[in-house]
Amino acid sequence: MTNPFNPADGEQIGARLYPSVSGAAAGTAAPTPSPRVIPATRRKGFLYWARDTGWRHLIGLVMLVFAAFPLLYVLSASLNPSGTLVGSNDLFRTIDFGNYVRLFQLPQQPFAAWFVNTMVIGLVAAAGTVFLGALAAYAFSRMRFTGRRVGLLTLLLVQMFPQLLGVVAIFLLLTGIGEIFPAIGIGTQAGLVLVYLGGALGVNTYLMYGFFNTVPVSIDEAAKIDGASHARIFFTIILRLVAPILAVVGLLSFIASTSEFVIASIVLTDPQTQTLAVGLYQFVSQETSRNWTIFSAGAVLAALPVVALFLYLQKYIIGGLTAGSVK
Amino acid sequence: MSIHPTASATGAATAPRTTPPPPPRRIRQARSTRGLIITIALLSILDAIAVFALFMLFLQEEWLLVGIVLAVTVLLNVVYLRPGWLPAKYLAPGLVFLAIFQIFVVVYSGYIAFTNYGDGRNGSKDDAIETILITAQERVPDSPTYRLTVLEQFGEYFFLVTDPEGEVLLGSSDQPLERVTDYGTDSTGKADSVPGFTTLTFNDLLGNQRAITDLAVQVSDDPNDGALRTPDGSSAYLYLSNLEYDAETDTFIDRSGTVYRDGGDGAFVSEGGRELTPGWTINVGFDNFVTAFTTENIRGPLISVTIWTFAFATLSVATTFALGLFLAIVFNKPLMRGKKIYRIIMILPYAFPGFLSGLVWLGLLNEDFGYVNQVIFQGASIPWLTDPWLAKFSVLLVNLWLGFPYMFLICTGALQSIPEELTEAATVDGARPWAVFRLIKFPLLLVSVAPLLISSFAFNFNNFNIIYMLTGGGPRDVTAGVDAGATDILITLVYKVAFGEGTGRDYGLASAFAILIFLIVATVSIISFRQTKALEELN
Repeated sequence: MTNPFNPADGEQIGARLYPSVSGAAAGTAAPTPSPRVIPATRRKGFLYWARDTGWRHLIGLVMLVFAAFPLLYVLSASLNPSGTLVGSNDLFRTIDFGNYVRLFQLPQQPFAAWFVNTMVIGLVAAAGTVFLGALAAYAFSRMRFTGRRVGLLTLLLVQMFPQLLGVVAIFLLLTGIGEIFPAIGIGTQAGLVLVYLGGALGVNTYLMYGFFNTVPVSIDEAAKIDGASHARIFFTIILRLVAPILAVVGLLSFIASTSEFVIASIVLTDPQTQTLAVGLYQFVSQETSRNWTIFSAGAVLAALPVVALFLYLQKYIIGGLTAGSVK
Repeated sequence: MSIHPTASATGAATAPRTTPPPPPRRIRQARSTRGLIITIALLSILDAIAVFALFMLFLQEEWLLVGIVLAVTVLLNVVYLRPGWLPAKYLAPGLVFLAIFQIFVVVYSGYIAFTNYGDGRNGSKDDAIETILITAQERVPDSPTYRLTVLEQFGEYFFLVTDPEGEVLLGSSDQPLERVTDYGTDSTGKADSVPGFTTLTFNDLLGNQRAITDLAVQVSDDPNDGALRTPDGSSAYLYLSNLEYDAETDTFIDRSGTVYRDGGDGAFVSEGGRELTPGWTINVGFDNFVTAFTTENIRGPLISVTIWTFAFATLSVATTFALGLFLAIVFNKPLMRGKKIYRIIMILPYAFPGFLSGLVWLGLLNEDFGYVNQVIFQGASIPWLTDPWLAKFSVLLVNLWLGFPYMFLICTGALQSIPEELTEAATVDGARPWAVFRLIKFPLLLVSVAPLLISSFAFNFNNFNIIYMLTGGGPRDVTAGVDAGATDILITLVYKVAFGEGTGRDYGLASAFAILIFLIVATVSIISFRQTKALEELN
């Protein structure tokens, strides 16, 4: 599931609508109008440098502290053997990996299970979202049918209403479904994934639709003349050509579903089935101070894959999108 | 490179777009056998599931659902088996999910908002009557002992009892006792098996103890005749309710003669105001909305929560945008060293999972032990999260930390896409840098980022995670009739009213609040869509 208003997605829409903007946002791709180049070799005094560039570094340093400090603080706390919140205030005084070991030995808080659950739910939801979204985007991009325009408009409108607004109805719906199919009812991860897939058609489809449009129709036509069926064209030709956007959408919905809390917290009731967001919240909200360093270790481990993906994703998004829209 | 949104992507996309000519007939029959086999395999799985669902729904006599499931299944089969209808083949899977988990959910929320659904009010009246009778059951003193064998069929438990006269009866929780003729007996003459049913072993009994001791099998169709229950799985006794239900007058009478009547709001109530639980769900019309807007201790908090929701969303966008734009200008300096490093570090808060950020700041801002109070303020105890106004400030501060990198990214992009010639021309005309920025760059920048600001507003309007993780909506307003606090926004209020601990679940009222959010968001998005004309550019 992706939250339509997740800024990450917002950036996507932005990138779609204004390739110039997001392309430049990457600072890499789009050919930014080259500034009149001041020869770097020209020597100026220190005062000039301070007035021209130096103060920017000053602001940069302040922002570095603001941005990075909370993260360094968690890292430090996770390496602190004292265990409590107050003990964590000595930054990096001692380095000890005990918290990471203890994290996996809590009987009431099965961190390993949470981690695996989160990854599995995230991956399955992401794969499903990509598949459903790509099917729909292909139809919207390549076929002309009654209701196509209305359909596209609906996609834009539906994303205005995040699923969490209907959390009560989702809870009751899953309870009802569970009476007939216990395997996808309340308390099951499969049920949660299905709910996330309900958000598959939405901003993601719109994003993919834009990218599909940039693949020339002549490719389809050539394949058709060679006797390929529509399914064959879709699965073996088009899907490969749009791989970058599939990766982007997949990664975005992975990040969205791994940090989703509201629906996960009402659907998953048994600690063994919970996700990191639900489990870690309950772990630390009860006894913030006492569990602090163990929580920090959990937070570091939970954040690592997502942060890594995000930093990696950044380039990928821009690369994929600009490559598509430059044509 | 143009700044105007419409330019390249949509434009480029539309240009080569013509309706593909219908392919020649000959090629049309390109449906491969492999494709056909896969289609049929998938469809048969789907149909099998649907048939099972239909069967179960049929047993529960949910006729409307039977109709819907049947229609959808038939439709899906037609779509995939019939040649043609190509778009439908590709759209159907996504649409099914969309219809169930997004559209239906919204409609259903609307329905719940008009009911009294909630704790102790979540079933039909008949279920409630049955449950009341069962929970009020007591063992009849000196009642005869029925020798019992527990049977199982399709996951449901049955009582096979041999009554004191030697007659053998079978029944389950849904099905009153009936005589059976075809049964097997053990050496003592106790009936212990019926063809088609599985007899539970001692281990099975132990494993399902709870379910079996909770089971009550009615002696006859009339619930007032009592039911058989078993404490041990080998003998059953007659239990009678100490409440008696009179279907004619629709009342309960207990042994002391107190009469409980249908009070009109989904429960049986006595003259003295005592209520029998559970109640049942009824349609209450606009009651939830009326409650929300007229009850003094709900209306007050609701209004302040709504105002804070708007304030939070607006201020979040404003602060993050201001900081992001400022940083974009500062770092929009060609040839500045280390820009890349600054950028990567500044993006980190945005990359960090949102729910964790709230929890991390929860520790940092802790009043007694947090780093901010202990180290930065040298042991002061500033109530960052427990004072109503400071809590609001803290929430905004943390959201600024989370959100400024995004604004920084998009502002950098927008700034760099403004053609340098404009600045040059203005400078040649004698404009000062500030005037260039205010009169030329800023308006152009707004054109391109405005839609993103709107979606950012809409996102923050329902930014559940940051509020719930950081303050949980607190500090709580103790005078409020619902669990509302100083930093609660509408969506956290919905969650707390519906699933909150300690205050009881009120799905009806929560859904009414959700509908309220829905209306606000719809209004805001209609207005903003009109403004940005994003929809008109759809090809």
